[in-house]
Amino acid sequence: MRLDLIPRARRSPWLDALTPVLAFALAVLIGGIAVSALGVAPSQAFLTYFVAPLSEVWSIQEVALKAAPLALIATGLAFCYRAGLWNIGAEGQYVVGGLAGGIVAIAAHGMEGFSLWVLPAMLVAGTLAGLAYAMIPALLKVRLGVSEILTSLMLVYVAQLLLDYMVRGPLRDPKGYNFPQSVGFDSFARLPYLMEGESLHAGVLVAALALALAALVLARTLFGFEVRLVGTSPRAARFAGFSQARLTLAVFAISGGAAGLAGILEVAGRIGQLQPEISPGYGFTAIIVAFLGRLSPPGILIAAFVIALTTIGGENAQIDLKLPLDLTRAFQGLLLGLVLGADVIARCHVRLVPGGQAARPEV
Amino acid sequence: MTLDIVQMVLVTVLTAATPLILAGIGELVTERAGVLNLGVEGMMVLGAAAGFAVAMQTGSTGLGALGGAGAGVLLAALFGVLTVGLAANQVASGLALTILGLGLSGLVGASYVGMKREPAPHLALPGLTDLPGIGHLFFGQDAFVYAALVLVVAVWWFLGRTRAGLTLRAVGDDHTATHALGVKVRKVRFLAVLFGGACAGLAGAYLSLAYTPFWAPAMTAGRGWIALALVVFASWRPFRVAAGALLFGGATVLQLHAQAAGLGLPGQLLSAMPYLATILALVLLSLGRRRGGSPGPAALGQVFTPSR
Amino acid sequence: MSASGPTPLFAAYGIVKRFGAFTANDGVDLEIRAGEIHALLGENGAGKSTLMKILYGLLEPSEGVVTHRGDIVRLGSPEAARALGIGMVFQHFSLCENLTVAENIALVMPKSLNGRALRERIARLGREYGLHLDPERPVWSLSAGERQRIEIVRCLLQDPKLIILDEPTSVLTPGEAEGLFAVLERLRDEGRALLYISHRLDEVRRLCTRATILRAGRVVGACNPQDETARSLAAMMVGTQVRAVTPKTAPAGGRERLRLEKLDLPAPGLHATPLRAISLSVAGGEILGIAGIAGNGQAELFAALSGETLAPRPDALRIDGAAVGRRGINARRRLGAAFVPEERNGHAAAPSMRLSENALLARHATAPLARFGLLRLGAAQELARRVIETFEVRKAGPDPAAGTLSGGNLQKFVVGREILAEPGILVINQPTWGVDAAAAAQLRQAVIDLAARGAAILVISQDLDELFEIADSISVLHDGTLSPPVPTGRTNRAAIGLLMGGASDAIPAPQSRSEALAHAS
Repeated sequence: MRLDLIPRARRSPWLDALTPVLAFALAVLIGGIAVSALGVAPSQAFLTYFVAPLSEVWSIQEVALKAAPLALIATGLAFCYRAGLWNIGAEGQYVVGGLAGGIVAIAAHGMEGFSLWVLPAMLVAGTLAGLAYAMIPALLKVRLGVSEILTSLMLVYVAQLLLDYMVRGPLRDPKGYNFPQSVGFDSFARLPYLMEGESLHAGVLVAALALALAALVLARTLFGFEVRLVGTSPRAARFAGFSQARLTLAVFAISGGAAGLAGILEVAGRIGQLQPEISPGYGFTAIIVAFLGRLSPPGILIAAFVIALTTIGGENAQIDLKLPLDLTRAFQGLLLGLVLGADVIARCHVRLVPGGQAARPEV
Repeated sequence: MTLDIVQMVLVTVLTAATPLILAGIGELVTERAGVLNLGVEGMMVLGAAAGFAVAMQTGSTGLGALGGAGAGVLLAALFGVLTVGLAANQVASGLALTILGLGLSGLVGASYVGMKREPAPHLALPGLTDLPGIGHLFFGQDAFVYAALVLVVAVWWFLGRTRAGLTLRAVGDDHTATHALGVKVRKVRFLAVLFGGACAGLAGAYLSLAYTPFWAPAMTAGRGWIALALVVFASWRPFRVAAGALLFGGATVLQLHAQAAGLGLPGQLLSAMPYLATILALVLLSLGRRRGGSPGPAALGQVFTPSR
Repeated sequence: MSASGPTPLFAAYGIVKRFGAFTANDGVDLEIRAGEIHALLGENGAGKSTLMKILYGLLEPSEGVVTHRGDIVRLGSPEAARALGIGMVFQHFSLCENLTVAENIALVMPKSLNGRALRERIARLGREYGLHLDPERPVWSLSAGERQRIEIVRCLLQDPKLIILDEPTSVLTPGEAEGLFAVLERLRDEGRALLYISHRLDEVRRLCTRATILRAGRVVGACNPQDETARSLAAMMVGTQVRAVTPKTAPAGGRERLRLEKLDLPAPGLHATPLRAISLSVAGGEILGIAGIAGNGQAELFAALSGETLAPRPDALRIDGAAVGRRGINARRRLGAAFVPEERNGHAAAPSMRLSENALLARHATAPLARFGLLRLGAAQELARRVIETFEVRKAGPDPAAGTLSGGNLQKFVVGREILAEPGILVINQPTWGVDAAAAAQLRQAVIDLAARGAAILVISQDLDELFEIADSISVLHDGTLSPPVPTGRTNRAAIGLLMGGASDAIPAPQSRSEALAHAS
């Protein structure tokens, strides 16, 4: 027996949409088996993971608050991955963005008078810091040909250690009883809430805006065309007169900026101060979101909600069902693998053939 | 006396290098066959958890090591099915493997957090092990260290001196040409991926069974990624992987001693050293390589769908 | 087919091979006897490669059988084919660039044959057949002719009864081809069977005594090529009379539009060719042909002309007098230049993108297809539609992905996309490579017509027939150096062939040109 993969001349949009759904169903099935192996009824787990978070207003808001940074980072990453470049250091760019924006807030702490500029300045500082941090692997790639995969990943560890140093050292709240955390931000340095008395903040709007902008850029601009072209046919992109180096810098800037913005939105939104941990791994989870959403903004929107749902559901399951949080992580990793595997159905005609060597026509 | 201090330092260098050698040599074989498996970290951490769990259950370090390698093979098999069988993107699949491995290791290791085991037994040859200055270094290590060194030589011999090794290199150089000759490209690649998984799993088991020896979540701390960088740094040559790992082990030990000596540098900066050193090594390498030189297996990372 | 005569050594009967909806072989019969060189003729896409792969065990037929001395055999893999005594010399060599000659050969040898024993056999075979090889050289350092020697030696070491050769002369100089023919005739005289796949009719008529002709997957004729003319063979291959190209009427001799002056470029990659002091000049209305064997710097020269690789100094390249050596491809396009690279899929066009997007690909800088960075998709579709209509591109659906078009139709689209811009300078690399005869004739005509309207055209081609048909003069690119141009009317294939092989002394001195040519032919 052997597996024949005959590339499809043309992808069907219908299959493109179906395969992630299929992969998701399969992941849920495998997850169900794992859950029952851990002694919990799969139906109960399903309710806890996928239904309960949507049953109340406050928990729906929680899902949206988790989905927003994921969608924002994943959208930026989609530009990179479409262009065939592998920024896997979004977590580090997020951390640096949160740190830089946080420094602005701390510098403005206790300020009197006109303070409307502080929040915008924080967002700009966060975005620029994430962007600049992403420029390190991008420049090393463009100038020296160093693999961006390894450098961007290594810089995640460095960024986390930098944040750790800052909140334990220079940025520590002097009145904070030696806890490793900064002062709490003033209200003018916090994101406004969308509704009185609720937790949903303006960061969700920023993410939605970024998603819409990205959809427009990818489909309707020359730059979007460039990104799509470089990813599928790099030589044709050179023939079109597009510079690979310039594009590398541009997509790293976009993904780094988006991650940095997500970082400061989270710090200025939910957290309200700097502390050693400002991310539950958003930068890595966003990679799953990007692929689950097929690197397209509408897909990413859906994928971000699904992944946020499983994350909230996972937290609930830990409390209600005593299921370990690592189960969620394993589930997400499995889901990404299955999405990538299932993609073969959209790319190729898959056939099981008895014996012999595989082949396809050369016409 | 000073000789013994030197030996002590060298022993710590060797033990710090061993997991990198093991994981690096496995990834080297995988990459020489043309497959880039970025999931080393995931396979390694699952190997650490599974190895420790098996050893606790059976009371045997040997079975634990086997369990760790087996766990690595299982994860690698999943990766092989995805990338070699279904022609999925290798970079993204490798990331999936890392995330999955971290999650699974947490599940497997959950009930073993905080437990401790006797470290893997060290060789003790009467007379030889007690030789001053060198005895402990050469004749007093645990089986993992010797296995890692034997593996380096074996892989060097396999790649350069055997027909199967030649076939593997050919597959990594040009899968279309070797396929046309009737070589079963996907089979060769799948086996190479499995070997890489076994080595990464074993490297993880070394960490939890001999190096620390206990299980802690995410205890690999990026060593899998450093092993990946080592393979690039070593230009895909087995002995250079070992040399690079020893250099790296040396840097790690230096960092630990600097921390202990309290040089006034923030601990975070010292902890960041291995990662910064990796970036620096890659930069220096590419500076040195700008004038020609082999950039590694020609088909590395390319997806193969049988054709022509 | 003839059921009389002795039992064929190898035969295939009723071979059908389907790939999805496409039928590559449709009931093909083929008989090969020992001691003959049997030609398999057909256009690109006629099904020759598919049949050959079935005989070598790389493909399994959907229907039909292969027999060996009358017994049905199953060729499940190349190993099975080799065990039966079938050897193969590939067109696109199946060699690993970074392995040595000996390692490449060892890959298909039995495990017992290793190291020194293998090297001795390579040396012995080399002496016997005049196929000399250095076993320790890495393949990437070897020329095409040397690479083919590896393929042949590798095949002969297995002592095959049937040798399949797929377009073996496509990368050889005429001189190297002569050497190959001598080896093939010797192998035939030893009693081996050879299956010779080619579309070069002169060679087939010289070497082969029997031919099977394929068209659209079916056998459409069998003959003795030595009884046929090249014209009658071509008619059988193509089926219809191919319309002849109308020669250009306007003479060359307008003002100079494209000029290269002492262009030196280091090799861009590990296995690439450096360009050395290349000078050329093309005037309006002129077609300059660049002949040469693949891998002698064609791709590098094209990239230097197009701007995908920049020249070291601005005045190394002039377009209509403007020094543009340091300017990119779109700046050159804006000055009226247009380019058609050799590779359609992935270079000239993105296979997964729609035709309208592929129109955008090459024309976004020169046609009004974007405003303030925003795409005008309607305008791109309109441009694609005009190309499709003008150049009779056949396709499925209104705006399909480029990859769904056949080679000939995609090439028509790519060339049409450039010619509709009415360029003043056109640089075109292998204009009709892998294109069916009808489309090739149409493309050549379009190029000639463009020149007649005053454009300067540079055609890089491996196909000497093509260059002699359309070019006003020919230069030869060999190992990164370019020979001075010779008017097509005052040279011949043999003289050009010598230059292609690197015989620089064959360049005729101006005063004794006729003598030199007589010597060369």
